[in-house]
Formats: sequence, structure tokens, C-alpha cells
Amino acid sequence: MIDMVNMMELLNNIRLLDELAGKRTNIHQIHPLMKVLTTLMFLFVTVSFDKYQLSGLLPLIFYPVVVITLADIPVVPILKRMLFVMPFIIGIGVFNPFFDTNPVVILPWIQISGGWISFFSILVKGSLTILAALLLIATTGITRVASALRMMRIPKVFIMQLLLTYRYITLLIEEVGRALCAYSLRSPDTKGIKISNWGSLTGQLLMRTLERAQRVYHSMCCRGFTGEYRISKQNKMMIGDIAYFAGWSLFFVIVRFINIPAFLGLLMTGEGR
Amino acid sequence: MHMADALISPVVGGTMWAVTAGVAAYATKKVENDLDEQKIPLMGVMGAFVFAAQMINFSIPATGSSGHLGGGLLLAILLGPYAGFLTMASILVIQALFFADGGLLALGCNIFNLGFFTCFIAYPLIYKQIMRRGYSPSRIFIGTMVSAIIGLQLGAFSVVLETLFSGKTELPFGTFLLLMQPIHLAIGMVEGLITAAVVGFVWKARPEIIEKASSGEALGTIPIKQVLAVLAIVAVFTGGFLSWFASAHPDGLEWSVFNTSGKEELEVPDGIHQTLASIQEKTAFLPDYSFKTQEQETNTGETKTEEAWPVVDAGTSISGLVGGIMTLILAGITGFCIILFKKRKRPSVV
Repeated sequence: MIDMVNMMELLNNIRLLDELAGKRTNIHQIHPLMKVLTTLMFLFVTVSFDKYQLSGLLPLIFYPVVVITLADIPVVPILKRMLFVMPFIIGIGVFNPFFDTNPVVILPWIQISGGWISFFSILVKGSLTILAALLLIATTGITRVASALRMMRIPKVFIMQLLLTYRYITLLIEEVGRALCAYSLRSPDTKGIKISNWGSLTGQLLMRTLERAQRVYHSMCCRGFTGEYRISKQNKMMIGDIAYFAGWSLFFVIVRFINIPAFLGLLMTGEGR
Repeated sequence: MHMADALISPVVGGTMWAVTAGVAAYATKKVENDLDEQKIPLMGVMGAFVFAAQMINFSIPATGSSGHLGGGLLLAILLGPYAGFLTMASILVIQALFFADGGLLALGCNIFNLGFFTCFIAYPLIYKQIMRRGYSPSRIFIGTMVSAIIGLQLGAFSVVLETLFSGKTELPFGTFLLLMQPIHLAIGMVEGLITAAVVGFVWKARPEIIEKASSGEALGTIPIKQVLAVLAIVAVFTGGFLSWFASAHPDGLEWSVFNTSGKEELEVPDGIHQTLASIQEKTAFLPDYSFKTQEQETNTGETKTEEAWPVVDAGTSISGLVGGIMTLILAGITGFCIILFKKRKRPSVV
């Protein structure tokens, strides 16, 4: 009845990404700041392509392919997560073929509307950007992403808050899950929480959470918390880390300004001589 | 309402990042100033609570469907606008990183749409004003309902604007607006009802939790004009800067690269051209696809692709197609090579 399946999925997803982040491949060992910057660069370049630019976009797929294989990331769960998020993107993009009907010739005998091109371009961009975000966390982990953010001068309070939220998600999801399970056992055949119980169920959970926060605070104080929060120290940045960022950036910029597939196609078809 | 990276342009994404960073910096400063250290774990645990509570299905009477909590307004009510905004932001960061729910470039947009309007507009200007004359069940109900609805309407409107300024979708402004606003009216009503129920319940059981939270933050003193002025300046600056940057590489560029990539390569000095031409002769395993033969091409070496079809030159689009497929195959081969290489390497390492 209640979103138990969804909850399990959520927890599994967090656990999976945490486990993956614990691997020790070459990609995992690259300095987190460089990985964050590479991801941002990738996203920026991907999104900057014009809506009709489809072929030029494709070489960007090398980035996720290389990272996935080098970092030993299992493809299926990542793709599953990606497909899970796609419907929203498809939902907005699918209107393009209806509103943009400029004819574009694909093959001499096939002509489609420009809207389809921009729709596919949105799909490719959607897949690439989603992959990049997931790969960042799967190869870096939240604590090291947080340390990278700290290096980018994001205020400590925010980072502390981010890490604490993350740390307690698993715990609170389990707690909410137990409450929902108890509720569903007492009221079988209902689809969700009845309106008369909206306030009491959520309110009780909320008050328990506040008490938990109190306990958390007290135990933090017992362990010497003074308002400071230590974020894990990072290894020094090496030439290799910078080269990783520089190499990918160069690749992204080249892809952005030279349409490699069109060029390849030109070589293959002998077209345009 | 989480926007994806694929639907925004770098200018919109960058501008909203800057604006959101400005608001977040301001909120951080405020939180740091009244730093009650207790608030840090409270913010963290509350963030996790909202995250978990978003999973609860609330069945909506007489509709057979169910709604969910968003949580922005609840956080503002319990933690005050500054801490509420930061907590909402961290929830969205985690959603973007772990669930790809909303993109990383679009994060600025998402934090602004879901956090700013509830914490800095709806909460101080509506909820606080209604509660000024003291708490009562009916005031709590009206206050949360109206704030939630207005907060979400503004957020949805902002989504529409950001999407349209990005120019990735062809949806006309009016259609998109008519799609978004009514849906978010319903979502806002559900959000209001849930928040009202929770706040009402907690207020009855432990009134100090609700009352202390808002009195602790003297919200009357939020210099909202100042905040808005700073925001406007930041937005204009970044927007201006980024669009100047973007227009230095006008949109037409991509089109023209796509259309004329053949030409550009051919117009480079003779040496490269000739080498290329000879490589092409050797490597063109799809010569039949060359439409030039159908067009009595003169093939003098200096000929450019002629416009054979009305809008897009098929010559370049077919090479784009072939090249695109080639690129994907190459990417696949690269992946396989890495896997093979690693497999070969592994036994010797172990």
C-alpha cells in the first residue's frame, strides 16, 4: 500500500552509491575537487549545445563510458536510475515535434520535422547530464564531494548541514517506514494515509524527530562539539589530478567547437569533396 | 517541479546559480550570526525528516489519488526562513546527486523555485502576517494553506519562465503556463493541507515548538526590500555577463558548425585539404551515399556542397548521421577495450 517499495528502492540506491564510492579505482582516487570541476565543465558544455545540434553532442558519451569502465561502475543500476528520471524530461521535450515543424532532411528519402531533432537532442542531453551527476557521487562519495565544496569556499554551516542531513536520511526513512508499516497493518486496504490521520501521523514523527535532534545534539556535545565540524582532510592535489581535469576539459572544448561525427561521416561517405 | 539540466540553457542555469548562491550566502550569514549550535543538528535531522516524509502517500479524499509533502513551508515554519532555506537546499543537493532528481546545473533554479518563494516570500509575507495576532487552529489553517498555494504558484511560474528563457522546449508560453499553474494549484492545496495538519497537530501537543520557532526569528525585521534589491542586481549582472558571453558565440554558431562543417574543413589550406581528400578517397566505404553523383557534381575540389534540399543540406546531415553512429560505436569499443585491458591486468596484480 504505502510507498514501501519506493522506500526500499531509495535506501538501496543510497547504499549502492555509497558502496560504489568506497571502491579504490584510479578514478576514485582522483582529487574530488577536480572531479567536481570536471563534472561541472561536462554539464556546462553539454547544455550549451544548440537545440538542433544532435550529432556534435554524441562524442560527449565518451566521458561516461570511460568513467564507468575505469571506475568499475555497474551499468544496469545506473541506467535504471537514469530511466527512472527520464519521463519528466520526455514529458516536456515531446511537445517539440508538434510545435516545431520545420522540415529537416535526414536521408534523401526521409524528412522529419526539426522538433524531432531538438527532442532527441534533449533526450541525449538528459541522459548525459543525469549520468554525469550519478557518476560523480558514485566515484567520489558525499564526504569527499563535501570536502571539494569546502575548497570551493562554500560556507561550513551549509556543508555541515548537508552531511548531517545525508547521515540521518537512512535512519529517518527507516523510522518513517516503520510508522507506515504499523499504520498499514492497522488499516488494511487503504491506499494512503487517511486525511484524519495526516496531522497525527506526520506530527508524531516530527516530534520524535525533534527529540532525536536533541539527543543528537547532546551526544555531540558529550564528544566535544563546539559548533565546529571537521570535514575529512583530502590528499594533496597531484599533477595527475590536474591533468585529469585539463584533459577532459580540452576534450569537451574540442567536441563543443568541432563536430567530430560530421567530420567522421564526411571521411566515411566521401561526401563534400 | 524539479528541473532537469537538459531543459535549461547555460545562461539561465548560471544566472540562477548566482542568484541562489547570493541568497544562500545571506541566509548562511544570518544563521551563523544567531548561531545557536543546537540549530545545526536540528537542521540536519529536520532535512532528513522532510526527505523521509516526502515518501508518505497522503490519500486525498474523494479523488482516489494521493499527494506528497514538499516540505519547504514546513521547514520555514519550524526553523525560520534562513535555516529553512539552507535545509531545503541541502535536500535538493542530495536529491540531485543521489537520485538525479533535478540536474546539477539546474540546482540553482530548483533551490530558488522550491526554497526562495516559500521561505522568503510566502512565509514572511503571508504566514507571519496572519500569525501576528496569535496562533489559533483556524489561523494556522488559513496561514499555511494560503502560503503553500502562493509559494508553489510562484515557484511554478518561475519554472515556466526559466524553461522558456532557456529556449530548449517549443512549448508556447501560454500553453506551458496553462499546464503548470493549475497542476500546481492542486499540488499547493495538498501541500497546504498536509502542512496545516502537521503544524496544527504539533501546535496542539507542544505549542512551544511552533511558537518558539517563529518568535526566535524576528521575521518582521527581514529586510525583504534589501534582499530583493541585491537579488535583482546579481541577476542583471550575471544574466548580462553570461548573455554577452553567449552572444560572442551566437546560437547560429552551432547551426553553422553542423551545416558547414564540411565547408570549414575544406577551406583550410591546400596541404591539409589534399591529405584529407586522399584519406577520404581511401576510406570512403560508403561512396554510394554521396549524393553529389546524382547532382552532376563537378568535383573540382573547390566545390562546396550545394543546397539540394530545402532546409538542411542532406549531404552534411547524412555524414552527421553516419558519423554519429560511428562515434557511438567507437565509444562502445573504447569501453570494451578498457574492460579487456583491466581484465588482462587484474590476474597479474592479484
